[in-house]
Amino acid sequence: MSADVMPITENKNTKAKAVDTPWKTAMRRFTRNKLAVIGFIMIVFMFILCFIGPLFSPHNLFDYSLKNKNLAPNGTYWLGTDKLGRDILLRMMLAGRISLLVGLVATCITVMIGATLGAVAGFYGKLVDNLIMRVADIFMALPSLPILIILGAVLSDLKVHPSSRIYYLMVIIGVLNWTTLARLVRGQILTLREQEFMQATEALGLKDKRKIFKHLLPNTIPVIIVAATLSVAGAILSESALSFLGIGVVPPTPSWGNMISAANNLIDFRKRPWLWIPPGMCILITSVAINLIGDGLRDALDPKTKK
Amino acid sequence: MAKDLVEFRNLETHFQTTAGTVKAVDNVSFIIREGETLCVVGESGCGKSVTAMSLMQLIESPPGKIVGGEILFEGEDLLKLSKREMSRIRGNQISMIFQEPMSSLNPVLTIGNQISEPLMLHMLLDRKAAKKRAIELINLVGISRPEKIFDSYPHELSGGMRQRIMIAIALSCDPKLLIADEPTTALDVTIQAQILDLMRDIKQKLNTSILLITHDLGVVAEMADYVVVMYAGKVIEEAPVLELFQDPQHPYTKGLLKAKPIINQKQERLYSIPGQVPNPIDLEDNCHFHDRCEFCMDICKVKQPPFRSHGKDTHKSACWLYEEEREVL
Repeated sequence: MSADVMPITENKNTKAKAVDTPWKTAMRRFTRNKLAVIGFIMIVFMFILCFIGPLFSPHNLFDYSLKNKNLAPNGTYWLGTDKLGRDILLRMMLAGRISLLVGLVATCITVMIGATLGAVAGFYGKLVDNLIMRVADIFMALPSLPILIILGAVLSDLKVHPSSRIYYLMVIIGVLNWTTLARLVRGQILTLREQEFMQATEALGLKDKRKIFKHLLPNTIPVIIVAATLSVAGAILSESALSFLGIGVVPPTPSWGNMISAANNLIDFRKRPWLWIPPGMCILITSVAINLIGDGLRDALDPKTKK
Repeated sequence: MAKDLVEFRNLETHFQTTAGTVKAVDNVSFIIREGETLCVVGESGCGKSVTAMSLMQLIESPPGKIVGGEILFEGEDLLKLSKREMSRIRGNQISMIFQEPMSSLNPVLTIGNQISEPLMLHMLLDRKAAKKRAIELINLVGISRPEKIFDSYPHELSGGMRQRIMIAIALSCDPKLLIADEPTTALDVTIQAQILDLMRDIKQKLNTSILLITHDLGVVAEMADYVVVMYAGKVIEEAPVLELFQDPQHPYTKGLLKAKPIINQKQERLYSIPGQVPNPIDLEDNCHFHDRCEFCMDICKVKQPPFRSHGKDTHKSACWLYEEEREVL
């Protein structure tokens, strides 16, 4: 009996061509999807516009000048001015910062709550699962817009300062959206926990916390990424809707929603389209772009599509 | 003789199904000694894996439940330990290799990550020390370029390499007992031989006891010191490996040995034991093998044979053929 074990010698030819990691494969599939790439370029453009653009603006956010009010687009004011004589372009870019931020932060909150609760529900099953998923059902049964309106009104009643109001809004939108993600993650975990490698972790004596967060959740990342991407668009739309209704971000802080609502009378709407078309286009471009990326990611991360 | 490491005493593991109770493991007793390889052999569904799972307490409950008996590990009854105490033993003192190397590794974590995990948990090593030890382990199981493998993902490795990694993980905390549940079933023959060599080598180096579950008598002949044959949840014969191959007592064991191809002997058809394993639900109190047995007698259909030695002390079997009592009936 030989004491030394014959080592496995690898075939140099097959190893020279490095095996793709799942991420590389996904990236390749994603970049091959034209619509997704267009969406990605659009969203990068929006980010550059909103976060870097204002630095080059000669105007100031609080430059009121009534003599310049309601100017049509011209050389100084590229997108015209509003009824207080403020530059629309600058306001639109700054509003974009807020809207994109709301989308991102709200989604982070959604992912944190949704993934954790979904994973816990799926992993433990039985009573825990029932409890969490019934709460999720209750959340889903409530129509979100009326709830958002009520909470917005409560914020107004509590006299929350306009600048900190935006943070409350992120949390509210984030918290109300956790259910979809929780369901998706739970479903994934339910199948994953029956896999053999989970039995192996049990045989290694790992703790539950580690099993959930180290072994199970990373396996659900594709689902989380897709759901999160789509929820960014949803959050931006909710924020815009709320701000349009006057209970989201309140003036003077600009947001795409409240910029459009500033044009909610017939004269402004018909005679001064520069007031509402730019922020409207921004909302449109952003949400379309994010949805395109989301769809692209879904196809790219789906192991069943072989391309 | 070496010290006893694990002793199963009248272990009973039952599964509740809608059709009735399945006695997957019924009154099973045997002993694994230190530094010894014990093979459990039997057809599919005869309770081999459930015995091992009971030892690890990985029986899914419900439907499964260990309803009786004791499993002594170094004199301590594992069935009486709390969940926390048990998870300290799992992966640390007793570890397990699974049948399917393809699905037993987490696809999204690197190999290194997965080997380091038990090291950091049970041996309380820090990340750096764990990495060093993990690379040693990868080397130990005979994979070249361990540093590279440390950072690869399971899908980049072949089945044989993955099974080696599984063995490395199982060995990470110097377990006293290694349970291998059909470790070579999913691998092709050349790799099987390598893996078995590896296990034998490791047993010698580390003096680990091995509980090897298999239905391949070739594997048994190569690996085992001691063999336990199970049928329908019961141990029907146990003996040192040479004894068993030279002088099988139970007709079932004889059948198994006959069903094995022999090199240099031309056979038109391989022998197979007629019939099937009985339906495990609500088995009667008789010899469960009686309807497939060529030596079946009247008493076999109504009474269970006792399990004891006939002749040599170490060789025990449960069959009426060797009992005096049958004449009385």
